[in-house]
Amino acid sequence: MTPLRSVTATSLACYRGGRQVFSGLEFGLAAGQLMEVRGPNGTGKSSLLRMIAGLNEPSAGSLSFDGGDKDKTLGQQAHYIAHQDAIKPALTVAENLAFWQRYLGGGDVAQALAVFALEHLAATPAALLSAGQKRRLALSRLAVSPRPLWLLDEPSVGLDEASHQRLVALVLNHLAAGGLVMATTHVPLGLEPHHILRIEAGRRAA
Amino acid sequence: MNAFLALIARDVKLTWRQGGGAGAALGFMLTVIGLVPLALGPDQNLLQRLAPGLLWLTLLLSVLLTADRIFQQDYEDGSLDILAMGDQPLELVALAKALAHWLTTSLPLAVLAPLLGFLLNIAPGGLWPLAAGMMLGSLALSLIAGLGGAVTVGLRRGGLLAALLILPLYVPILIFGISAATAMTGPSGAGSSLIVLAALALAALAVQPFAAAAALRAYLR
Repeated sequence: MTPLRSVTATSLACYRGGRQVFSGLEFGLAAGQLMEVRGPNGTGKSSLLRMIAGLNEPSAGSLSFDGGDKDKTLGQQAHYIAHQDAIKPALTVAENLAFWQRYLGGGDVAQALAVFALEHLAATPAALLSAGQKRRLALSRLAVSPRPLWLLDEPSVGLDEASHQRLVALVLNHLAAGGLVMATTHVPLGLEPHHILRIEAGRRAA
Repeated sequence: MNAFLALIARDVKLTWRQGGGAGAALGFMLTVIGLVPLALGPDQNLLQRLAPGLLWLTLLLSVLLTADRIFQQDYEDGSLDILAMGDQPLELVALAKALAHWLTTSLPLAVLAPLLGFLLNIAPGGLWPLAAGMMLGSLALSLIAGLGGAVTVGLRRGGLLAALLILPLYVPILIFGISAATAMTGPSGAGSSLIVLAALALAALAVQPFAAAAALRAYLR
């Protein structure tokens, strides 16, 4: 399997509920690069990430990737961190992560817990976590299973300063290892993005 | 395969931790079967004749009550998105979740229902056909419940709609389940009904993953 080299979008469009969210979106993202997706609320930043994750289908245009595993879809080679944390309150922190490790494959749970300093909470039921701790647990999924493309929807919401630094370090590590990252954010991550994709209502500006 | 088993194991664990599923369904069944002799009076022959039908009805209703919960939580907390991005197709996700429902909810009921039958003075000869029919039937019930749960996953108060949608599909299972349990023609009569029940379970097994996955894809969009 070759590493994922690039992801390219050609005149991508998204219609939801009969309304055009965006159209004519073009971008290319290469290995080792970070792209920030910016734009006001409701311009389709999350829809774009879901599209790349394979959860929405493009209403027009196409998405392609170069390199990577040709037997898998782009979504199967991507991590998607959404607003919803995909955490089961009845399971402990370690069990939540262990499930995703078994389901998505690869990785080491103990190491992934350490990335966001969750070791001391490993045996705590996720129901007892604070919002920021839940976010850290959701983000730990990035570390528990190796996938080349990361789609991060407002990843830093609710994180304290130390956790934010850990997230930045994790993203930098991933980029250095040849990974690709797309992040939507209102608050700058504190990283220098290689590309900035601005989406504005109904169309794309530079 | 590992991912498939991991999903079943997680759902079984979640159901036990949350005390829903088997516990709630069993409590429901125990309540109904416990109250029936009080409601109908102590006529032992009457209870004996009604026993298989009552047991099947409570099994059916218990499964109906839990159908809309099969995919609901995963849909609401975003897990379904991540499950759909796994290496296994969504069809296997749908199948795994229906099988987990079978293991936690309808199979325990099917195993325990014949025991509850003693409260209704069930005929000892009818016990095995009833139990065998319920075990086969419960698989079909859970698979169809998985379909109903998938079709209504994004709807608020989808439980009633799910019940209405899958109720007609439960009719054949009920008919052949009762016919197996009350066969007056000896073991061969029960045998043919059990074969039909097995066929219904296998047909549900073949159809459910594809139909449920198609419904889930529509909601993920």
